Amino acid sequence: MTVALNGEEIAKKIAEAYPDSVAAADKAAVVVTNQSLYAVAEFLKSTPGLDFDYLNDLTAVDYLDYLEVVYHLSSLKHNHSLVLKTRCYKREEPVVTSVVRLWRAADYQEREVYDLMGITFEGHPNLKRLLLWEGFVGHPLRRDYL
Amino acid sequence: MEIERPEIASPHEIDVAEASRIEKLRESCQQPIPDPDSWLDEEISRNVLVTTVDYVLDWARSRSIFPLMFGLACCAFEMIGTAASRFDISRFGMDIFRWSPRQADLMIVAGTLTWKMAPAVKLVYDQMAEPKWVIAMGACAISGGTFRESYSVVPGINRIIPVDVYVPGCPPRPEGLIYGIRQIHGKIGKETIKRA
Repeated sequence: MTVALNGEEIAKKIAEAYPDSVAAADKAAVVVTNQSLYAVAEFLKSTPGLDFDYLNDLTAVDYLDYLEVVYHLSSLKHNHSLVLKTRCYKREEPVVTSVVRLWRAADYQEREVYDLMGITFEGHPNLKRLLLWEGFVGHPLRRDYL
Repeated sequence: MEIERPEIASPHEIDVAEASRIEKLRESCQQPIPDPDSWLDEEISRNVLVTTVDYVLDWARSRSIFPLMFGLACCAFEMIGTAASRFDISRFGMDIFRWSPRQADLMIVAGTLTWKMAPAVKLVYDQMAEPKWVIAMGACAISGGTFRESYSVVPGINRIIPVDVYVPGCPPRPEGLIYGIRQIHGKIGKETIKRA
């Protein structure tokens, strides 16, 4: 079975390589700052021993104070997994760096998050609405929609 | 010789065209289409001369309905179950589910219809040759079901196309669908060649 890695331990490793990048960490997940997301993701993918080569899922949650993007990563090589998160505090124009260059699976997932949550992914090759049609007003999965 | 190149729309142009189709349909379909009921008084006004012809024709028609393959959501599995050996839709002469609307005369709309899918449903319905019948199968097709207030779901397919028989359930059992098909048979039995 896939082993869920302890977020606190991974957070220490991340903090060694990229100081000030970890915003919060507990056993379940690592929260990194918005600016350092791409660097941390690249670190997690390419570091021997971690090798997170597979993106299971990319989704977003609206906590009213902030929007949180959640990455479920796992390694097929070591059979372990990790939850990586990042937060956007600007509701009007939340921006997160795209991870499509690292994991191709992020392509549709980021489009879906953009469509339903309104989070812009910087560097995405084809960021347009996926489920709803062009010109739809609003982002329906936000809690202040309607 | 110069080759004439067809104008290929850019992906963005295709998206915009699709959006305008959806928005137009959405604007024009705010009120439900009344259910067709002209057949109800048909029996009274029947002409003696054509009743026998009608009887034979309706009998033939109702025993060879060609349903259209049209599963939108989970109700489709009950429709597949109805078609398979246990419930055996072939008993009613509905052996083959047609993939082409041009060869079908019964449309079983099984499942949730979203506004993005709606133009396709309308197109398929318009492509079917007369006479044609529509069954709305399941709560979502009838009224939108639990998704009625949703931003993306059509609140009942009778906004888009006229419906002959509603089969309630979430999803309805195959027996329910078969009952609905029997109702369609009854309805066909009351139709006359005068109108068709």
